[in-house]
Amino acid sequence: MMSGTALSQGRVVIKGSTTVLPVAQAAAEALMKKDPQVQVSISGGGSGDGIKALIDRITDIATSSRDIKPEESALAKSHGVKPLAHKVAIDAIVPIVHPGNPVSNLSVEQLSLIYQGKIRNWNEVGGENRKIVMISRDTSSGTYESWQEKILHGAKVSPRSQLQVSSGAIVQLISRNRFAIGYIGIGYVNKSVKALKVNGIEATAENAQSGKYPVARPLFMFTDGQPGGPVASFIKFMLGREGQKIVAREGFVPIK
Amino acid sequence: MSRKLKEIIIKNIFFLTALVSVAVLGLIMVFIFREAVPIFRVVSVFDFLFGTQWYPTYKPPEFGILPLIFGSLIVTFFSTLIAVPIGVLSAIYISELARPWIKEIFKPVIELLAGIPSVVLGFFGLVIIAPWLQDTFDMPTGLNIINCSMMLALMAVPTIASISEDALYAVPREFKEASYALGATKAETIIRVVVPAAVSGISTAVILGMARAIGETMVVLMIGGGATAIPEGIFDSVRPMPASIAAEMGEAPFRGLHYHALFATGAVLFMLTLAFNLVADYISHRFRQVGSGTL
Amino acid sequence: MNAVASTDTALTGVEAGLKERAKGSRSLRYFKQSVFFGVLRLSALIIALSLGGILAFIIFNGIGAVNWAFLTEFPRDSMTKGGIMPAILGTFYLTLGAILFSLPLGIMCSIYLSEYARYGRIVRIIRIGINNLAGVPSVVFGLFGLGVFVVFLQFGSCILSGSLTLGIMILPTIIGASEEALRAVPQTFREASLALGVSKWQTIFRIVLPNALPGILTGSILGIGRAAGETAPIMFTAAAFFTAKLPHSIFDEVMALPYHIYVLATAGTHIEQTRPIQYGTALVLVALVLSVDLVAILIRSYIRRKKRW
Repeated sequence: MMSGTALSQGRVVIKGSTTVLPVAQAAAEALMKKDPQVQVSISGGGSGDGIKALIDRITDIATSSRDIKPEESALAKSHGVKPLAHKVAIDAIVPIVHPGNPVSNLSVEQLSLIYQGKIRNWNEVGGENRKIVMISRDTSSGTYESWQEKILHGAKVSPRSQLQVSSGAIVQLISRNRFAIGYIGIGYVNKSVKALKVNGIEATAENAQSGKYPVARPLFMFTDGQPGGPVASFIKFMLGREGQKIVAREGFVPIK
Repeated sequence: MSRKLKEIIIKNIFFLTALVSVAVLGLIMVFIFREAVPIFRVVSVFDFLFGTQWYPTYKPPEFGILPLIFGSLIVTFFSTLIAVPIGVLSAIYISELARPWIKEIFKPVIELLAGIPSVVLGFFGLVIIAPWLQDTFDMPTGLNIINCSMMLALMAVPTIASISEDALYAVPREFKEASYALGATKAETIIRVVVPAAVSGISTAVILGMARAIGETMVVLMIGGGATAIPEGIFDSVRPMPASIAAEMGEAPFRGLHYHALFATGAVLFMLTLAFNLVADYISHRFRQVGSGTL
Repeated sequence: MNAVASTDTALTGVEAGLKERAKGSRSLRYFKQSVFFGVLRLSALIIALSLGGILAFIIFNGIGAVNWAFLTEFPRDSMTKGGIMPAILGTFYLTLGAILFSLPLGIMCSIYLSEYARYGRIVRIIRIGINNLAGVPSVVFGLFGLGVFVVFLQFGSCILSGSLTLGIMILPTIIGASEEALRAVPQTFREASLALGVSKWQTIFRIVLPNALPGILTGSILGIGRAAGETAPIMFTAAAFFTAKLPHSIFDEVMALPYHIYVLATAGTHIEQTRPIQYGTALVLVALVLSVDLVAILIRSYIRRKKRW
């Protein structure tokens, strides 16, 4: 018996990205209020978790903050799964520091060197004379993958960086640590942390949509082929006006 | 049905259940090793165990788990360092010194400490100890070896204390009486007679405590800090093996290289705890005290 | 001592030396004893304070969040409001399932080990096997559960998978404690019973088992506590971040208290805002587990007092 397939009684199982999690959760709550027949169960774990769960057929929707990798596509094909991407929002990855940190702007180059462990002290980038504490996401994270691609251009993240399991955890750490740097989806930025500008450009909805902000990326929900039943309702809701309002409300950028 | 036949049947039913219990362990072993072996077609055992680069999702991926092993060993070492004195001394306290009413209260205290779920200790370390450490000692991060070791010690202490206490309790009274008769003080009796007599049980307790620490997942996941590098000091972050497995398993594609590598990590962890248990078993057999007559 | 002195002086010197050492060393010995005892007391105090400190923090920070609504409602507004009822229920189901599986199996296995097994190689292997099962890290159980129950047997992520995984995990705890309890029953009981012509099985069932009950009970309770509090085994096999409705069947995913704490504290969407709920959940979990432990302890000491050995 597959608990993953949900065409029974309106169950929808969602797994994947912690970046997309707040959006999925808010949407699920709103949809369930509208249509009590639909029952959504949500988990995080990272984009990689979600895609893997889709391939293993233990989830209906895989949320992901990155596109599917060729290896994953191949694996899916060998399992008879056809991942279909639904772009539901645009996200900007924002480097953050403690509000007390004097640094306000870093270039892509500087961020790359910091995360490779080659720039180790804040005073090399205009801050105080303190060791930089690098906080990163672990490898299951789509945020991590995007960061690695767009900032590090494929270079290795230093093993001394502390790996956290979610954007929320990074916010929590940074808000308490005067010498740490991290990166999160724009939806997670709040008053307890300070967002840095990248190459002088601020992370805003307009800059992300126009492409000026260098670290923007789409957020996806993957399904196995064309969805039907309650899963289709959920996707439709997500892409519709109400769903996109929720996207904006959670701090992300709607796709229109 | 004759009584004898009934007895035989019952005995064999019980034997079967014992086999099932062991079969489960065997199954876990088989399963883990089976899923681990494929990684060694890509990386040699030596490179896996002693490689210092853990980049399983990189292109090309690298699978060296030395930093993870090191992380495990280091937090186990420090937590044992903290837990053994506290645990053994407390066991001695309960078994030899405490007045009956204190004993009645204190033994439950230890059991309750054992009962605290690991996630709660992880939560405590994350939310209370880490900020405190960071602020008081101006550390770069409060999620590090020392924090981790302290909370792991809290988990190991009840194991060490209760098994040691059993071992001390099992020391025959005649030993103590003989010692007192020769004029020894209570402390001398404890230190020179009782504890040595119980040493096999106490060693077993310590080793089992260590095995507990090395296998613990939630505490190291939440408090270790997650840095996959060999630490330079006790204020650095680490990522012991269980933390890596728990954090990365969800995303490793089924039967992909990363998946196999994680199972191989699990196998290494498993063999370490196996080694601990075998040593404990050996000690408790080789040195066991079979009653007071065998002096 | 002057080695050149004559034998007499040497002997008296030795005597004097011994007396001197005996006298001074007496108070020295008792002083050392006081220090030693002080250290012992200190160790015990550290344990008591650790327990007390942790409980105090959790109670102090969590009590504000816990009220009837908290215990009986669903979470709302991305978990920042509402209650944790589905998690409480989920933990209950998972633990119940675990115990249903492992208690019978565990007791029967321990009966074999304690009453029937002859000291030989097979038994030694079985025992080693069980001890090692005890040492397997909880995350490895989670992997095993994922691979076998969730994927291979295709139960999916659900109560059944979670319970079986937890059950396997606590099996050695139950076996260990039960066996110890059975062994603690004096051999004379068995001998007396057998001498009266009672069969071995009847002896076990009517004499040994009842007397071993406190120990078995304690072991089971520790097992329950562990099953209720463990996170790693259910992370991949049963737990969900959020379920809209209560589970209908054993093939549904559930929320669970330990997972809830973990997720809210590390992977949630509003970590700081949900902090009071995290504390509240921790308080509920700790209260649940510790009161269950306390009950077992009380039962055990009650039965102990009634015993006459």
